[in-house]
Amino acid sequence: MTALLETRGVWQRFGGLVANSDVSISVGRGEIVGLIGPNGAGKSTLFNLIAGVLPPTQGSIWFDGKDVTNLPAAVRCQRGVGRTFQVVKSFETMTVIDNVIVGALVRNTVMREARRKAHEVLEFTGLAARADVLASDLVPAEKRRLEVARALATEPKLLLLDEVLTGLTPTEAQTGVALVRKVRDTGITVLMVEHVMEIVMPLVDRAIVLDLGKVLVEGKPTEVVRDPKVIKAYLGDRHAVGA
Amino acid sequence: MDKNFAARRRRDLVIAAMLAALAALAPLFVKNVYIQNIMVLTLMYAALSQSWNILSGYCGQISLGHALYFGIGAYTTELLFTKFGVLPWFGMLAGGAIAAVIAMGLGYPFFRLRGHYFVIATIVIAEIGLLLFQNWEWAGAAMGITIPVRGDSWLKFQFMRSKLPYFYFALALCCLAWFVTWWLEDSKWGFWWRAVKDNPEAAESLGVVVFNSKMGAAAVSAFLVAIGGAFYAQFLAYIDPESVMGFQFSLLMALPAVLGGIGTLWGPVLGAAILIPMTELTRSYIGGSGRGVDLIVYGGLIVAISLALPQGLVSLFSRSKAKGATR
Repeated sequence: MTALLETRGVWQRFGGLVANSDVSISVGRGEIVGLIGPNGAGKSTLFNLIAGVLPPTQGSIWFDGKDVTNLPAAVRCQRGVGRTFQVVKSFETMTVIDNVIVGALVRNTVMREARRKAHEVLEFTGLAARADVLASDLVPAEKRRLEVARALATEPKLLLLDEVLTGLTPTEAQTGVALVRKVRDTGITVLMVEHVMEIVMPLVDRAIVLDLGKVLVEGKPTEVVRDPKVIKAYLGDRHAVGA
Repeated sequence: MDKNFAARRRRDLVIAAMLAALAALAPLFVKNVYIQNIMVLTLMYAALSQSWNILSGYCGQISLGHALYFGIGAYTTELLFTKFGVLPWFGMLAGGAIAAVIAMGLGYPFFRLRGHYFVIATIVIAEIGLLLFQNWEWAGAAMGITIPVRGDSWLKFQFMRSKLPYFYFALALCCLAWFVTWWLEDSKWGFWWRAVKDNPEAAESLGVVVFNSKMGAAAVSAFLVAIGGAFYAQFLAYIDPESVMGFQFSLLMALPAVLGGIGTLWGPVLGAAILIPMTELTRSYIGGSGRGVDLIVYGGLIVAISLALPQGLVSLFSRSKAKGATR
């Protein structure tokens, strides 16, 4: 079976800075894939290229067997790419349920249907009790969950999670991990950018490590964390030699 | 929850129907022509502000150039009537359509601008429109157009003896603008607009084509405002560029919504009901000696509102409820 998502030789330059160079990755259907790497590795750039925030300087992006390189974000969402933002972007003056309805409208044009779908998603993500609260009144962990809920309401095939588990307390992070598993169990493929290795590694089926804009290593999480190249990228030469 | 939501929408509709009925009965008790005149203007500005609110309040694209669409409605109607004998009713619709098309044509380049830059563009464009009409000989230039008197009739939408027909038309227009807003509030467009206002990037990631949403809001908003312009032209029976396209109209559309509550269903009506009578009364009682006292009064009012109640007067009614919801 073909991969759900593929980037082929993707480059992104910002003036003289090369954020991604020749990145080719693929994500299979039903997988949870972690995209990790030290600060400035180009994770967020790659993530934005996949979500369609900007087109790559060079290379192509394929989703569900089609070239989507030049499609804008809204169209990619309609095709089945859902995303969250690292810095949460709730619709602050709207209630939680209204936030989610915006997402649900992609596949439900009748308001009643969209509303029902939104309630379903709030149940699923554990936000049902907060449905009528203004998004601006949510605590940070709830805002993260709202990001996920909104994206899920678009009924994506691929869910892109940008550091949804970062900055949470251990308990909150565990709830988050459980939610990501639950999402995958409904048949949605997940690609997540994450910083906190110890939380992501047990969760993902496969990890892709980026460093200096390139794919450094790719493989099972247990292998990746032992790879000398990865240790070097994160901790520097001395530690790599020790390993 | 959904029951509450549906109940609230129904309650809004019932309140609106009752207010409209009350307003419709008002002329039975108010015989004074001067007061009737103020009532007509209040209803008209409520309708205009409600229409302005669609683009600027719900969709968040603050326009201070809506006088352009107001003037286009007025001029289209009167040019068609005086030059081609087209009845004002058709002129009104034509004006609305032209205004909507122009709003989208202008939106194409200007919706790329954000925040203050967009506002500045709207002011400049409306000013250019004003200058064009001041110099357009065929359209009467600065002299304007006097609407020929053809006797009182609904067909020609012209009444010299009584203000009541205008009053009922203004009331109908106000109801229409309110109802359109009410209907849009619980439609996909309404949701898209609020999402675009709050966070365009997030909206885009959820499948909302931000640019098209803004275009839709601009078209609806301009159409309704132009209908108002056509009405105003018939009401005055004389138009010139300054009296239908002046900057003050842009302000008088924005201020009621800001005062009452921008981006809310009831804000524009509430704001107009307070602001317009106040403006007219201060103008006639103290405006004669020192011009601009009325402007000082409502300038001060806006400052007071933005300091004390930045969400507008309607927040006085919803504050307790919002608190209850968070608990």
